[in-house]
Amino acid sequence: MISVQNVHKSFGDLEVLKGVSLDVEKGEVVSIIGGSGSGKSTLLYCINAIEPINSGKILVDGVDVHAKETNKDKLRQKLGMVFQQWNSFPHMTVLENAALAPRIVKKMSKEEAIEIAKKELEHVGLGDKLDVYPTKMSGGQQQRLAIARALAMKPDYMLLDEVTSALDPELVGEVLDTLRLLAEEGMTMICVTHEMGFARDVSDRVAYFHQGVIAEIGEARQVITDPQNPLTQKFLSKVR
Amino acid sequence: MDYEFHWNIVFQNMPELLNGAFVTLHVSVLAMLLGVVIAILLAIAKMNNSKPFCYVATVWVEIARNTPALFQIYMAYFGLGAFGIHLSPYVAVLSALVFINAGYLTETFRGGFQSIPTTQYSASKSLGMTSIQAYRYIILPQMLRRIYHPMTNQFVWSILMSSLGILVGMSELSGTTQRLQSLSFRTLEFFIVAAVMYFIITKLVLFSSSLLARRLFKGEI
Repeated sequence: MISVQNVHKSFGDLEVLKGVSLDVEKGEVVSIIGGSGSGKSTLLYCINAIEPINSGKILVDGVDVHAKETNKDKLRQKLGMVFQQWNSFPHMTVLENAALAPRIVKKMSKEEAIEIAKKELEHVGLGDKLDVYPTKMSGGQQQRLAIARALAMKPDYMLLDEVTSALDPELVGEVLDTLRLLAEEGMTMICVTHEMGFARDVSDRVAYFHQGVIAEIGEARQVITDPQNPLTQKFLSKVR
Repeated sequence: MDYEFHWNIVFQNMPELLNGAFVTLHVSVLAMLLGVVIAILLAIAKMNNSKPFCYVATVWVEIARNTPALFQIYMAYFGLGAFGIHLSPYVAVLSALVFINAGYLTETFRGGFQSIPTTQYSASKSLGMTSIQAYRYIILPQMLRRIYHPMTNQFVWSILMSSLGILVGMSELSGTTQRLQSLSFRTLEFFIVAAVMYFIITKLVLFSSSLLARRLFKGEI
């Protein structure tokens, strides 16, 4: 379980998270929606300890993420993360991209790492691209590679940061389909997204972020189709 | 044109010329290796916020890049000599070339490093890699690809610049050529052969560096 407890986070004078609390149970899919600059992505970076927090607490399976004594590299193995700008490693083939972390972080044998990487690449539909360099692929394919690369570490949670925002419209579908598949398989996910249809259909709950706080959170269909907070209503009327 | 070429005298002295060529290659390789090591340190110092290191690195780079190589060699040989530090011609030329190589390569390394997006680092960390692993497997290999050709150019440049050793009496290829031609008065022949030898040395260096690149980067470069 991921438990975010009253987290505050500032960049210089700018406070981007102003007391955020959120519990995500194992097997749950939570989507975070909201305008740009509302702190959605920052929350993911804080959960993954890529960004430090100013106050509050984030627990992942009971471990305090930001405590000094926590081994953050070890902790991140549990937390797969996929970025808006996919960030594939351009100097490695698709297979090497996916096999590297299992090999060097989990210290698997080369054969094991390759086997697991192949399996995850097939999982996201890139089984025929193993020896291709990522720069030769479309954004959608690179984003699916990023998902497979994270899955190859067998994470317990997936953090997805606007994974379709940088894609051409015709490539969004293939990535969302991949995420749907993961959700059906029971992967716990926190998705920052601008895809309202995806948030409504795939997630269990939806949280609406407004200026650094969660303005509304509830069952996905209800928040998207029948929001209670006027702020949420205003936001959704604009994005539709 | 009634100049008569006499090549025989050149070929008789081939062993000495080859010996000079070897010294040229020797001093350039050493200047390159030391230059790379120092440049890495200077680049780190320049990107670091600690003032004194950054200051030293900046001064080094600015002097190395904005003064003539000839001046550097004279400073190392005659300049230090005036203070009682007497370097051999070989060491003087070597130090000057190391100084310049380090200056130029510092900027090459810094540029290469800064051209790798920081998100590559975040992505590596998100997979559970330690900082050292992220640099070892993700950042440095990409950087090396980008700076490989500028580095090769610097190497060729320092081979050619080592010919300035002639001015402080160093017995590298140019110095040897100079000495032999003044003994035999076959100036044109000796310098033509020396030029061809320089050409062959630099071409060999470029060829082997592209072979190495192909092995290192799997034809990606």
